[in-house]
Amino acid sequence: MKFSDQLEQRFASMVTHYPTRRSVLVPMLLYIQDEIGAITDEAIHEIAQRVELSELEVRNVISYYSMMRTHPIGKYNFQICTNVSCLLRGGDDLFEHCRKKLGVGHKESTPDGLFHLEEVECIGACSWAPAMMLNYEFVENLTPAKIDELIEGIKKKEQQ
Amino acid sequence: MAYLVSHPDEVKVVSKRFGLGATNLDRYLELDGYKALQKALGMQPDAIIAEVKASNLRGRGGAGFPTGMKWSFVPKQSAKPKYVLCNGDESEPGTCKDRLIFEHDPHSIIEGVMIAAVAVGAKTGYIYLRGEYRYLIHIMEKAVADAYARGFIGKNIFGSGVDLDIYIHSGAGAYEVGEESALMESLEGKRGVPRIRPPFPAVVGLWGGPTVINNVETLASVPHIILNGGQWFADLGTPRNGGTHLVSISGNVERPGVYELALGYNFKKVIYEVAGGIQGGRKLKGVVPGGSSVPILLPEEIDAPFDYEGMVKAGSMMGSSAVIVLDDQMCIVKFALRVMKFYQHESCGWCIPCREGTDWLKKTLIRFHSGGGVMKDIDNMKYLADNMLGRTFCPLGDAAAMPMQSYIEKFRPEFEAHLDGKPCPFEKVAEAAVV
Repeated sequence: MKFSDQLEQRFASMVTHYPTRRSVLVPMLLYIQDEIGAITDEAIHEIAQRVELSELEVRNVISYYSMMRTHPIGKYNFQICTNVSCLLRGGDDLFEHCRKKLGVGHKESTPDGLFHLEEVECIGACSWAPAMMLNYEFVENLTPAKIDELIEGIKKKEQQ
Repeated sequence: MAYLVSHPDEVKVVSKRFGLGATNLDRYLELDGYKALQKALGMQPDAIIAEVKASNLRGRGGAGFPTGMKWSFVPKQSAKPKYVLCNGDESEPGTCKDRLIFEHDPHSIIEGVMIAAVAVGAKTGYIYLRGEYRYLIHIMEKAVADAYARGFIGKNIFGSGVDLDIYIHSGAGAYEVGEESALMESLEGKRGVPRIRPPFPAVVGLWGGPTVINNVETLASVPHIILNGGQWFADLGTPRNGGTHLVSISGNVERPGVYELALGYNFKKVIYEVAGGIQGGRKLKGVVPGGSSVPILLPEEIDAPFDYEGMVKAGSMMGSSAVIVLDDQMCIVKFALRVMKFYQHESCGWCIPCREGTDWLKKTLIRFHSGGGVMKDIDNMKYLADNMLGRTFCPLGDAAAMPMQSYIEKFRPEFEAHLDGKPCPFEKVAEAAVV
């Protein structure tokens, strides 16, 4: 895998921030994933060489972090928080609502590759619960209607 | 983006620039920005530490360790470089306060890190943010770049001869990394498995060098302490509980939000006045005062000062000042199940009592909540929690055990009401647990 200019730049600057090369690993893996959709075998091969680790060591790190994945998912990731602050304000019902609406379960994507659904742990939106993240965007004071609106909006946008 | 709330009883120190556009460096400077750093650069390092000690500032991440004392543990002479690491992995369920500091006052965090670095003689500071806080990483990266462009960070800052670098670092989803030794592992590019202590990070930390690790809010308090004096900050709170804290209020209250209160403010008033009382005028069932890892308090236990000692006396802990309010419609077994499901998910598996304990608690609670419980389960869960406590490298095991003990001790009749195949008394329709 060849790094894009943006990744190349980020890598070049980040390796100067730490006394060891592997220290760039966690953020770099996430930036790679953001750009190509998943941390693929090729990406693991590339980053392992760059930070002077074995591929196994890189995989070991990947498996620890809940945001990292080795396979692509639907384009719009609905991450519904059901942890306690959200639960107290109906977060679990919202997850069920999403499940029915999208027709997929936890950590599943729709066949058209458009949506992905995940039940996630606390995202730090407790005072504005219930809440979710749509990719990296926080959506707070969530209601079933708001979720429907998001889904319809995405469908419309993607049809154009 | 998270919206702001306010209440007349608030004492705004850390939050005083919220909503005032202080992400802009010029605006930050108008609002006394970087004055504390310049003052600190003219002080002896020992004098800075003495000021922080006098302030009675304690770690706002959850442990409540005195900040000045932590800094004083860093050896003056060190063969290895020293570091300051700002812990912005905010992940304790119920906690959403550091997010607001990142969003509204990013330079105050940078300034706090720099003052800490000057005090302990570090040349490099890292600000670690949880990966989910991507928009805040952008805000912080811009703030750091702006400060470099003005020469506030970098070589010879403010003509003092001191060189200092600050870097922003993203996590990638891991609660446990909020624990300081796991945080260092993560920053070094590894799995966030905790290290055994001693040695403590102040002596052997990042890459083996002495390292000060403080929570975001703790560091953001420091510039105010340096500018206004440690005694001023101490006087805002109660003895041994200096200053103010950001209180994240969530759950079944009328006005959830993040409020800044003086330490020692009455805890009952936090719920009934600041947060506007229980949602829909319903009854209070219980309240978790410091994030999901602390014991729950009953309504009759909450008339106490909201500070470190006050909460311990009441039977819980102040933790990260994340107040989670439960009304009388929440089933305690369902609540316990959600909490244990979380700790089971976040356990790294390194220590057996935590790995096995959280898993068995979760499994038992799933069965229990769906009507398959037997009397012996209740004692077994208590036994599991008792035997996890204090037997793990990092506090994650304790974080699961302590609340579990409190749910059973304080709500045993409600657990018993689930026995003999009866459906959960709180479910409108009997249904299997959603987990």
